[in-house]
Amino acid sequence: MKPAIRVENVVKTFGVGEARSFALKGASFEARFGELLMIVGPSGCGKTTLLSVVCGTLNFDSGRIEVFDHDLSAMSTGEITRFRCKNIGFIFQQFNLIPTLTAVENASVPLLLNGHGTRGAEKTAAALLDQVGLGGKIHSYPNQLSGGQQQRVAITRALAHDPRLVLCDEPTSSLDAATGKKTLELLKERALEPDRCVIIVTHDSRIYHYADRIVEMEDGHVIGIHEDPKNFHHA
Amino acid sequence: MLRIALKMLFRDRAKYAMLIGGLTFCSLLMGQQTSVFCGLMMWTTALVRNIGAQVWVMDAKAEQANEVVALRQIELDRVRSVPGVAWAVPLYVGIEQARLSDGSFQNIQLIGLDTGTFTGRPMRMTEGRIEDLRLPSAVIVDQVAVAKFHKKGITLKIGSVFEVNDKEARVVGICHVARSFLGQPYVYTTFDRAMEFARPQRKLLTFVLVEPLPGLSPEELSARINKLPGLRAVTLDQLFWETAIWYIKNTGIPISFGTVVILGIIVGIGVSGQTFYLFVHDNLRYLAAFKAMGARMPTLAAMVLLQAFFVGFVGYGLGMGLTAWFGSAVLRAEQPPFFMPWQIPVFVAAVILFICTFSAAIGLIKIARLEPAVVFR
Ligand SMILES: Nc1ncnc2c1ncn2[C@@H]1O[C@H](COP(=O)(O)OP(=O)(O)OP(=O)(O)O)[C@@H](O)[C@H]1O
Ligand SMILES: [Mg+2]
Repeated sequence: MKPAIRVENVVKTFGVGEARSFALKGASFEARFGELLMIVGPSGCGKTTLLSVVCGTLNFDSGRIEVFDHDLSAMSTGEITRFRCKNIGFIFQQFNLIPTLTAVENASVPLLLNGHGTRGAEKTAAALLDQVGLGGKIHSYPNQLSGGQQQRVAITRALAHDPRLVLCDEPTSSLDAATGKKTLELLKERALEPDRCVIIVTHDSRIYHYADRIVEMEDGHVIGIHEDPKNFHHA
Repeated sequence: MLRIALKMLFRDRAKYAMLIGGLTFCSLLMGQQTSVFCGLMMWTTALVRNIGAQVWVMDAKAEQANEVVALRQIELDRVRSVPGVAWAVPLYVGIEQARLSDGSFQNIQLIGLDTGTFTGRPMRMTEGRIEDLRLPSAVIVDQVAVAKFHKKGITLKIGSVFEVNDKEARVVGICHVARSFLGQPYVYTTFDRAMEFARPQRKLLTFVLVEPLPGLSPEELSARINKLPGLRAVTLDQLFWETAIWYIKNTGIPISFGTVVILGIIVGIGVSGQTFYLFVHDNLRYLAAFKAMGARMPTLAAMVLLQAFFVGFVGYGLGMGLTAWFGSAVLRAEQPPFFMPWQIPVFVAAVILFICTFSAAIGLIKIARLEPAVVFR
């Protein structure tokens, strides 16, 4: 079967001239349908940068990225934006829930961006929030929710429009160990589908064992792909 | 997403209130000040509007309606001899002193109307009849006279008597006319009696009021009269604007009002622009998240424009509403002056529109520059 995502020799630099620095120095990996892939590595090794180029929010210098058979370098910014809108769900480290919107309004945003009407979008979002145990909190504002509850809203938002790719950057780093564990379990339960791919960037070794495979990075390179996360330990 | 934009705006209560408050204040300041300014300018043209003749002839040296330069009686005949004149009548305008029954003095604007036709008569009589001016010593006073005399404890009514330059004046009617710039009461009488009231050195006419023959425009007729040496003829409209513009050029009124209006605009741009900038700035992280989630620039632009124009619309509405409320209150009191031609709401709307567009543009530039990847940091 074809991989969901193929990243080949991707180079990404920041700055020009003297100040130019390499964030990715020819990174390559593949992600499969139906798997939970983790990208791990020390701080500053380029994990977030890799995630950003994969979803097209950041341009890259050279190499090749294919997402569901779409060659990103051959697409215009507008096309990538539309593609992202339809196919990608995001879970951010800082949750990035809008503080002036209620849980259900926050969760309905991807549906609204995909052209759904307000009423339909909120109905769908409310049902999804109910499924993650937030049925009684749909009209709460983010600051009225605990960190774990906020992350559950964020997961609901990421999945609301049924995207084929779910990208998470450090989803557990602002949560305590127990909540982080619960969040990962919820994510695995709700997000994993045979035709979907979930990529989690993390350096939280307590959650490595939830992965199906692990991509290990160091200094802008992918230095290893581990098929057996249960036995994976940092070098 | 537009609903989301409005919710984000309304629920940021402090900034929403600041924005509405700033724009309301700005609209009120501009609307109210320009209306009072226009009201003042209307006061300066009170005589022109009260008399309402089509063509006015005055001494060539007179620059505007409130400048009294005497004309010799013979000029009336010269004007009458110009072809195209249907009729021409004299008008006397002079500041005289009235002495009240309690011995106090009051400056008045004495208007002497053509004795035969009463051309330039007050348009609204609240008591009495204009024809009674033919009675001995008869005068008609305006509402300002009634109010001013009242303040001194004297009730002016039909039959009341006071003195103008030591000659008896008997009230036969009360009229309601536009008040003058300096607030001196208008006292109407016949031209002949005005000559009796006036001080000896001033027994001359002030204006010749002219009506063109049917088919002849006032402009054309005044051009013909202007060929007579020593005289200046203007139409009603010309005299109105000449007078208002004379006050704009020769007094500090426009400067003081202009300063306040410009201050209003600066405060509006400062407070509203800055608050809106802060509003966008505080939401930048979330707008970047929208961008990452696939919101395209037109969507985000529509959101920000809606937010800016919504507060502009509400602030403008409240500001103009307050201006109108102020206007209706002061119009009842007839002081301070207030006149709001349609240009004022349009002008204020244009300024508010500019402020909102400016604020939104700053926000949009920030959003356009925003890398969606920042949300991962
Ligand atoms: N916008 C940017 N401008 C300049 N340099 C950048 C930018 N973003 C990232 N970098 C640099 O690229 C390198 C990789 O950064 P990246 O954020 O991808 O690391 P990371 O693996 O996600 O680290 P962390 O675990 O701390 O989040 C770092 O050296 C960083 O300083
Ligand atoms: Mg990172």
